[in-house]
Amino acid sequence: MGVGIEVRGLNAWYGKNLSLKSIDMTMPANHVTAVIGPSGCGKSTFVRCLNRMHETIPEARAEGTVRVGEMDVYGSGADPVEVRRRIGMVFQKPNPFPTMSIYGNVAAGLKLNGFRNRRQMDQLVERSLRLAALWDEVKDHLHKKSGASLSGGQQQRLCIARALAVEPEVLLMDEPASALDPISTSKIEELIFQLKQHYTVVIVTHNMQQAARVAELTGFFLMGSLIEFDKTEKIFTAPADKRTEDYVTGRFG
Amino acid sequence: MLRASQSTLRPLSLRRRLANHGATFFALATSILVLVPLIAIFVYLVIKGVGAINWDFLTKTPKPVGEAGGGMANAIVGSGIILLISSLIGIPLGIGSGIYLAEYGRNRFGDLVRFTADVLNGVPSIVIGIAAYSLVVVPQRHFSALSGGVALGIMMIPTVARATEEMLLMVPNAVREAAFGLGISKWRTTLSITLRTASAGVITGCMLAFARVAGETAPLLFTAFGNQFWNLNPNQPTAALPLQIFVYAISPFEEWHRQAWAGALILILMIVGSVAAVRITTSRGRLKGAA
Repeated sequence: MGVGIEVRGLNAWYGKNLSLKSIDMTMPANHVTAVIGPSGCGKSTFVRCLNRMHETIPEARAEGTVRVGEMDVYGSGADPVEVRRRIGMVFQKPNPFPTMSIYGNVAAGLKLNGFRNRRQMDQLVERSLRLAALWDEVKDHLHKKSGASLSGGQQQRLCIARALAVEPEVLLMDEPASALDPISTSKIEELIFQLKQHYTVVIVTHNMQQAARVAELTGFFLMGSLIEFDKTEKIFTAPADKRTEDYVTGRFG
Repeated sequence: MLRASQSTLRPLSLRRRLANHGATFFALATSILVLVPLIAIFVYLVIKGVGAINWDFLTKTPKPVGEAGGGMANAIVGSGIILLISSLIGIPLGIGSGIYLAEYGRNRFGDLVRFTADVLNGVPSIVIGIAAYSLVVVPQRHFSALSGGVALGIMMIPTVARATEEMLLMVPNAVREAAFGLGISKWRTTLSITLRTASAGVITGCMLAFARVAGETAPLLFTAFGNQFWNLNPNQPTAALPLQIFVYAISPFEEWHRQAWAGALILILMIVGSVAAVRITTSRGRLKGAA
């Protein structure tokens, strides 16, 4: 089951550059929340702060409160490695481990976290690949083919399966379909729709139609600030803020 | 529109065709030129050396001066021991520092290590021999395969370290991020993901370093020292192929000259053989479409 995410007063810096300005946002469990906005508005930075990936960039840091279920992500006792294990992430460009088999890719998170039970691992790999709607396409060459030999769309679904295999509570997706063709994109979107039964999903997207299709809630970011956060329908049909309206009607961005 | 597309379809001018053929020919000619000395050396070695290779040569120790026959078995095995020791020193240390340089070394200290490695790479091998002499031979008060291995191992470190660094830096950051995103710790990511992704190149670097030191003579002159008899104890003076070749080649005896040629041929075959063996074992189990 997914858990809710609560963000309070989140600031993020690149060096001296403040790129997220005191963000407050509450994302309910088992919902899909979309984050939209023009390039450079801080939407990727925002999701990367949710699982402490932001700080892996040299000179980057973040401050504030992020609660994922019971977990205090920036609490004094929080271990960033453990945080990332419990919050899955899918990146913009498919990034399978190039020297590993399809099975190896999905099992990597388990194996390298010390998971040893072979039978259970087989089950988890199959379950994850099924959840990611990739099982039927790859089940005959799980061990023979490299993850890098798949098509772009399949690679991205492999990356989703890989993220799901470690059984996270939340799935963050940073423009997961922006490098894919329309057919692969619609497969990923269908998948996101399925996934919210088990997970809380936060998806960054450039594509407003995509946000409208997959997300119940949408947040609009502009220059590091959260301008408006509401039901997706409301954001696209009756936004409260003039800047949101300008953006969703295509007047800029 | 039509006019433009017609003009692009016109056949290439004679000048451009000639330039094209000229450039192709030049590239081909230079690559053949590169191969010539390599093949010439090998063919010459085979012609000169193959006659002296026989069962005795591969299984017997050298005969005293003036006696015919004998072989280089002790030197072949000695070279094997010394190279094993040097690989055990050079490869782990080299890979370790390469990892540091690539994953953590974007700082002053990293620059210092990088500079030192490059300088060490340029130090004449006989100087490294002297270093190993004063570090191992002098305190122990005797020559040994160990000191020879230390000398060659030191020579391997900078090559392996820089190759490892280059190869790790070629791994896209997206691969590291994918691992971090799965909650895999940094050291695990480095060892099991990044290094593994770069493994083919790292292995090539190790093989280059190995092949380079395998033929070194100077650093062994006053470390391994050489030995006319069987010795399997790494703590004793040990024969090595390059040393034996050197001693035989400068001797006044026809028989020894032939044996020196044979030794050189064996040395080259040993290097080629071990590089090929590593290549075959590491490329087995590579997956279809793996990058």
